[in-house]
Amino acid sequence: MAHERLLPRQYLILLMVAICAPLGDTCLSRGMTSLPAISLTHPATLIAAVFTPWIAFGIALLIGFFASYLTALSWADLTYVLPATAFGNVIVAFLARFWLREPISLERWAGIVLITLGVSFVAQGPSLTVRPAIERSATERLAPEKESFGKIAEPAVPVAQEQPR
Amino acid sequence: MTISTPASATGLWAATAMIAAVVLCSTAGEVLTAAAMKSIGDLDAIRARSGLRGAIRAVLTCPLFFAGVSFLALAFFSLLFALNHLNLSLVAPASASLTLVTNAIAGKIFLKENVDRRRWTAAVLVCIGVYLLAH
Repeated sequence: MAHERLLPRQYLILLMVAICAPLGDTCLSRGMTSLPAISLTHPATLIAAVFTPWIAFGIALLIGFFASYLTALSWADLTYVLPATAFGNVIVAFLARFWLREPISLERWAGIVLITLGVSFVAQGPSLTVRPAIERSATERLAPEKESFGKIAEPAVPVAQEQPR
Repeated sequence: MTISTPASATGLWAATAMIAAVVLCSTAGEVLTAAAMKSIGDLDAIRARSGLRGAIRAVLTCPLFFAGVSFLALAFFSLLFALNHLNLSLVAPASASLTLVTNAIAGKIFLKENVDRRRWTAAVLVCIGVYLLAH
């Protein structure tokens, strides 16, 4: 299924990819730094860390990220999805600025501008490389009854008759 | 995680090799995962047809997916190893930004994606942007 323009639901999944990854990392970082130092000689403390609220929330966000990332890769190119993921860094920088009131240096503003520019470049183009042969076989696999124009017209007729009711 | 060791204590070649290992493993992981998802097909369509369980089964029965995840795990452990020897402020931005460019190259060669001028420009801009933001 190739879409020149993505559906709103698909943009939502890209947004999930962009937000969940950096937010999940931030939660993990916050959770881990608030814990006392963990040594590899006591691995049980690492397992206990998983059940602390910040780390559990971070892991949940990262599972959400991976699920939406895999979904996005199933209908969009890797070179389209990755810059979208990087846009999450910009969202987190803004969250840090306006929510945590952390200052943003000039260097970081430059980074934000470059990422935003890059993402807008990618977003203007098609999301999936169209391959005519593979495209056709995939469509046939999904909808084998649509082999000829005659067969497509048949199921459309009863639907048209039902409409006046 | 030890981040106190200064980068200069590790040789330039060793540092380059560590970052290259992270970048190569994560690129291999991303490309294999992307190939797996393309071979499975539109997950939204599968979920509409056979439910969430069907979609999860489609992913978990794909060998390419496990190859991809193995390389992503390898990338994670090589990142931990690199962090043990180098500063976080060098490893994180360098690996994150370089991965974008290597993925564009690998996407073109292995996934035969149409990486046109627009996508190259985006990869380079986002690469520099991520470096500046994470540094």
